[in-house]
Amino acid sequence: MKAVPFVAVILVMLIAGPPFLASYWVGLLTQMLIFALLAMSLDVLLGYTGLPSLGHAGFFGVAAYAVAVLSTTYHAGFWTCVMSGILIGTLLSTLLGLLVSHVRDVYFLMITLASGMVLWGLSYRWIPVTGGDNGISGIPRLDAHAGLPFAGPVAFYYVTLLVFVVSASLLALLVSSPFGFTLRGIRENELRMKSLGFNTWLHCWVSYIIAGAFASVSGVVWAYYNGFVSPTYLDLTASSELFLMVTLGGPGTLVGPVIGAGAIVLLKNVISAYTQRWPLILGTFYIITMFGAPQGLWNLGRRRRASS
Amino acid sequence: METSSACLVLEGVSRHFGGLKAVDNVNLTLQPGERHALIGPNGAGKTTLFNVISGELRADAGTITLNGADVTRLAAHQRAARGIARTFQITKLFPNLTVIENMLVACEALDRRRFTMHRPLSSCADLVERATNLLDEYRLSPFRRELARNLSYGDQRKLEVALSMAGRPRVLLLDEPMAGLSSGERDVMQALLRQLDPSIAVLLIEHDIDVAFGFAERITVLYQGRVLTEGPKEMVSANRSVQESYLGLLVE
Ligand SMILES: Nc1ncnc2c1ncn2[C@@H]1O[C@H](COP(=O)(O)OP(=O)(O)OP(=O)(O)O)[C@@H](O)[C@H]1O
Ligand SMILES: [Mg+2]
Repeated sequence: MKAVPFVAVILVMLIAGPPFLASYWVGLLTQMLIFALLAMSLDVLLGYTGLPSLGHAGFFGVAAYAVAVLSTTYHAGFWTCVMSGILIGTLLSTLLGLLVSHVRDVYFLMITLASGMVLWGLSYRWIPVTGGDNGISGIPRLDAHAGLPFAGPVAFYYVTLLVFVVSASLLALLVSSPFGFTLRGIRENELRMKSLGFNTWLHCWVSYIIAGAFASVSGVVWAYYNGFVSPTYLDLTASSELFLMVTLGGPGTLVGPVIGAGAIVLLKNVISAYTQRWPLILGTFYIITMFGAPQGLWNLGRRRRASS
Repeated sequence: METSSACLVLEGVSRHFGGLKAVDNVNLTLQPGERHALIGPNGAGKTTLFNVISGELRADAGTITLNGADVTRLAAHQRAARGIARTFQITKLFPNLTVIENMLVACEALDRRRFTMHRPLSSCADLVERATNLLDEYRLSPFRRELARNLSYGDQRKLEVALSMAGRPRVLLLDEPMAGLSSGERDVMQALLRQLDPSIAVLLIEHDIDVAFGFAERITVLYQGRVLTEGPKEMVSANRSVQESYLGLLVE
């Protein structure tokens, strides 16, 4: 509830600000929103259900690849691409979820890590379909493909904002719903949940499917934003960046991952202009977060406010 | 003894850990409304027996019958759905949820709405009402907005019992609900246990002989995984071997 005024102010800024910004910053804001959605979807698993998934970028990547392959190789229409991207990503999380929702802790970490690597390997090696290392370029521009009457970065930004707001609202409803609370219960004490009568693996599976679905949505938007996909968006660095967005921002909240994603995207873009050592800086940030704000920035702020 | 009307029947139940027979060929029957205490020295296998009844552990041998149905092969959550609830010797709450949220999660466990995603849990008026009533009953209402981990130990133990009552169980297993409480808190807990729905069968693990005998009409004494004696409390307290092997041990 304390988040409401904060969210309202940010939202007003997100709606009113961009027309006054240079297109570089509009693009950066668009990226932030896409990764914020992706980070929120991971947080359903990591922060709410307590399942540390290290392969989450896989769903994002698979959905983006689906859009790329369908729109370039098969010249599929806009809605076919969008729906297939979301569907294929979700189907994948449904199948993988069947496997991973039975294991916990370090085993969960290892299996999701492995599945992410397999997907990355696939994008890298399945050259006839994915183009291998070169990736796939030439994804049509959103306005052309969807037949929108407006074009340009600001228009794309507003489409992204719409997708983001709708998705975030659905996720906010999810985490406060009866089902959402069963996920927190599993995070807090799975044994107790079982003895209360919850079939906990089923809840974990559903949680995994939902997280995969929203990650796919962000992957679809990303494909159109970037116009290009390549294996780097599925690799371990991508998944660990994502992990950091959630832990840095504040797991178990929806605002936290948004803050985390904003911070990481901003840093990555600004710092990349000066140095090639992004992974080093990423790692350093990880360590500082672990010591300085183990519950994330947003929870840090909240504790301050609560105690003052 | 009547087994046809019984709500819980254990026949020849065993569970071992490697070479250790933690529970060894145990027979036990609970009638609806029965108050039964399970006593025995540390390591006797009491908690292991609870784990086997509630389904956290599988029995290596024997059968467990709940309200006439064989549940020996069922998972813990399936047994809960058929009317078994339990508390844990080591408190198992949802520490970073508030007290009312703890209760709400427990209340939705056996409700179809546990898979509902399109409305807030707080808008399910009947669940909220039931959770609130249970908190009143267990004198936890003043702390409803506190995180469970910030409760005093005594209040955590009360919440532990309250959670187990949320699903309207027919058989309730209480694992040392009074251990570690101050004498004032013990009195409160004892009063709460006396107020439990009289139609529920309750099996209580308790080290304090006076409490156990005050609460239960029947007693089972477990020793090295085996049932040493079972029967009405007058009979058990007169049994010499109990006095020697257990009551003696406990007085220390
Ligand atoms: N998971 C396990 N693996 C191996 N041995 C176990 C396990 N759980 C219990 N034991 C052993 O089984 C025996 C019975 O333990 P249990 O916890 O059931 O005793 P208890 O009667 O509840 O004792 P207490 O009064 O101390 O709670 C002990 O010797 C214990 O060490
Ligand atoms: Mg014990």
